[in-house]
Amino acid sequence: MALTDPGRYITSGGQLSNCLARPPRSHFLSLIHRHTFSRCTTQPEFNRATGCFVIDEAAASTSTTPPLTRKRKLDTTTTSAPPTSATAGAEPVRKASKTKQKQVEQVEAALPATPQTLVSDKPMDSDDEVNSVISSDEFGGDADSSVGDVEDFGADDSDVDFDDLPEHDNFETQEKDLKPRKKAFEVDHKVYSPEDIQRQQDDQVAEVSTLLEQPHEDTAILLRYARWNKEKLIEQYMDGQEEVLDKAGLGQDVQKSPPRIETIDGFMCDICCEDGPGLQSLAMKCGHRFCVDCYRQYLDQKIRGEGEAARIKCPGDGCNRVVDAKSLDLLVRTDLTDRYHQLLMRTYVDDKENLKWCPSPNCVYAIECGVKKRDLTRIVPTVQCDCKHSFCFGCTLADHQPCPCALVKLWLKKCADDSETANWISANTKECPKCHSTIEKNGGCNHMTCRKCRNEFCWMCMGVWSEHGTSWYNCNRFEERSGIDARDTQARSRQSLERYLHYYNRYANHEQSARLDKDIFHKTEKKMTLLQSASNMSWIEVQFLEEASQALQRCRQILKWTYAFAYYLARNNETEIFEDNQKNLELAVEDLSEMFEKPTDQLSGLKVEMMDKTTFCNRRRIIVLDDTAKRLKDGVWEFNVDLNKPV
Amino acid sequence: MAANKRIMKELAEINNNPLQGCTIKLAKEDDLNNWDVTMDGPPESPYAGGKFNIQIVLPKEYPFKPPVLTFKTKIYHPNVTNDDKGAMCLGMLRADEWKPPNKIVDVLKLVRAVLAAPQPDDAVEAGIANEFKTDRKAFDKTAQDWVKKYAK
Ligand SMILES: [Zn+2]
Ligand SMILES: [Zn+2]
Ligand SMILES: [Zn+2]
Ligand SMILES: [Zn+2]
Ligand SMILES: [Zn+2]
Ligand SMILES: [Zn+2]
Repeated sequence: MALTDPGRYITSGGQLSNCLARPPRSHFLSLIHRHTFSRCTTQPEFNRATGCFVIDEAAASTSTTPPLTRKRKLDTTTTSAPPTSATAGAEPVRKASKTKQKQVEQVEAALPATPQTLVSDKPMDSDDEVNSVISSDEFGGDADSSVGDVEDFGADDSDVDFDDLPEHDNFETQEKDLKPRKKAFEVDHKVYSPEDIQRQQDDQVAEVSTLLEQPHEDTAILLRYARWNKEKLIEQYMDGQEEVLDKAGLGQDVQKSPPRIETIDGFMCDICCEDGPGLQSLAMKCGHRFCVDCYRQYLDQKIRGEGEAARIKCPGDGCNRVVDAKSLDLLVRTDLTDRYHQLLMRTYVDDKENLKWCPSPNCVYAIECGVKKRDLTRIVPTVQCDCKHSFCFGCTLADHQPCPCALVKLWLKKCADDSETANWISANTKECPKCHSTIEKNGGCNHMTCRKCRNEFCWMCMGVWSEHGTSWYNCNRFEERSGIDARDTQARSRQSLERYLHYYNRYANHEQSARLDKDIFHKTEKKMTLLQSASNMSWIEVQFLEEASQALQRCRQILKWTYAFAYYLARNNETEIFEDNQKNLELAVEDLSEMFEKPTDQLSGLKVEMMDKTTFCNRRRIIVLDDTAKRLKDGVWEFNVDLNKPV
Repeated sequence: MAANKRIMKELAEINNNPLQGCTIKLAKEDDLNNWDVTMDGPPESPYAGGKFNIQIVLPKEYPFKPPVLTFKTKIYHPNVTNDDKGAMCLGMLRADEWKPPNKIVDVLKLVRAVLAAPQPDDAVEAGIANEFKTDRKAFDKTAQDWVKKYAK
């Protein structure tokens, strides 16, 4: 099996390392320590009787470990946990119900060696299958079928809003096409080279050109203008040919008096303020006239600088007219035309809902997949490019199965959000009951003044200071309403933080382990060579190490996302099944991982066991993916956030 | 240089036709791409009485790329970043909305309008925007406090 392109791991690693690289700011830590210290030593008179300390001690015992330390602790517990024995193959299903055992058997029977290479392994062989992909193409534009006005697909750059549309059963149609061998977590998709993409465009131009009886060049302009929604274009062309032609910059006026470079007496260019005689200029139908140099610089800036091509607007202030192809021909310098045509190609893919560029750097392929935006609450459409990069067709982030896109976005945002750290800090320090900014206590006085909102409150009970009168040194207002509310808020924030950290730590742990595994993965070859010379095994006979290494990578990637998934999963009857599956995968991975770390001289003796473990890991992985995907599709999972709400 | 001619023309126009509540000069005499603006807080706004120093940098691609505007005077405003940059990015100041015929004087008019009427839905400071929408009194108070503290 070929080495998987390391680029894909770099992509996901880089993106996620952001989350890891965000420990609480260290100066806060030192303040916390100092603060804890000063409270214990300089203020012994405040004791349990006041009630204040009870809260603070709870805070100290549960939350004073900074997230990173906690993480390290977690690592220790994970690795020092007794490793499951060699019989672990049977162990994880110990508690499983009959149904689950059935699943295992099923999977065993149907287990493909590398389920993710679906596309390259099984090219869309039958016509049927090709059609199932292509046919979705025919509906590529149906999402904007509510758009009735030519205006709407013209200069408007806004994305089509899929959420407002009635449920369309395209997704179901796809379900009907499911071959028994396809798993719930797999989707049909197809990889296209740039030549394929060009051919697709040419074919569509040719087809529409015949229908509209327009030359190819003009048809291409019309299609680009209509965002490659040919059904809509044809319909609107039939309704009002002139209007469509006009809006695409091909109207009669343009035909009769095409834009041309002119010299007009007394003209001053509004951009460069030049007005010399012989100044060449151009204006489109809208009448906004600019000198040729400025026009060129403008187009240069748009094409080279901002990567626009198909819908560059007139430079005129507030003018939305798209620069037509004839004007572009006159103005765009030859050194820009290549870039321009590249961009037109990009626009084609960007305009089609069922096409996406592979996000891997330098990859030139595009992927076609029929899953629509509105399906994303029920499916995680993971596709694999011919460059081996596997990514989510929904959001183009690196493979994040089994977690739906919406949760991934929420989770990454949460991880990246500084306020989470601030929250953690507030669990250790305190936050102003009024503006919620973080307060560190300095010195012994309980009379706190928030630096931000100037709110004055009591450190011990969080109550408003004015309610304390002059009892400066002794807080006896524990029952004060404002104080109770404030303490409740703090307790709640601490609780939700605890919960977040629980999942975050596990997520981050796998994130980090996957990266460590990746280093090992790079060293695997060396390890294989070593083993080869130590054991007289052939190169083929040591392949099991690479397979183990790949299994570890994949499983950790999935485990990582199961924790983000679990964080948002609301408890219901099904939750336990998910957690069991997750746990079983986790155990299998830790087992294999430990075996993988063994010194070379022990490895040859472990070969059979390791191969079993690898198979077992892959099997557990498929169970997690398949089961989670099935239930997602059936709408069984309940989440404590709304998947339809945009982040 | 084409851009220089344009910028000089803009400067001249502004000098002949001063914008109310704005003093404009070049930060350095020999650098046309660095403008130094002092803007009075609009009356009837919490910024009234304040004097805000705004730096305008014209990128070398100007006017094909929008000018970059920063508040040198700290200001409590949903559309200005509350950091050492004091950046504002709104409407025509965005690369995709800017059109080359737009002028600095238009930008300054926009800034004044946004000072008079903040645009919380287009905010760079979500917290301040939220306060502006939900607790105008508190917002006005802080904005005024900041004027007293930083903009006198
Ligand atoms: Zn010009
Ligand atoms: Zn125009
Ligand atoms: Zn690719
Ligand atoms: Zn996604
Ligand atoms: Zn406060
Ligand atoms: Zn108190």
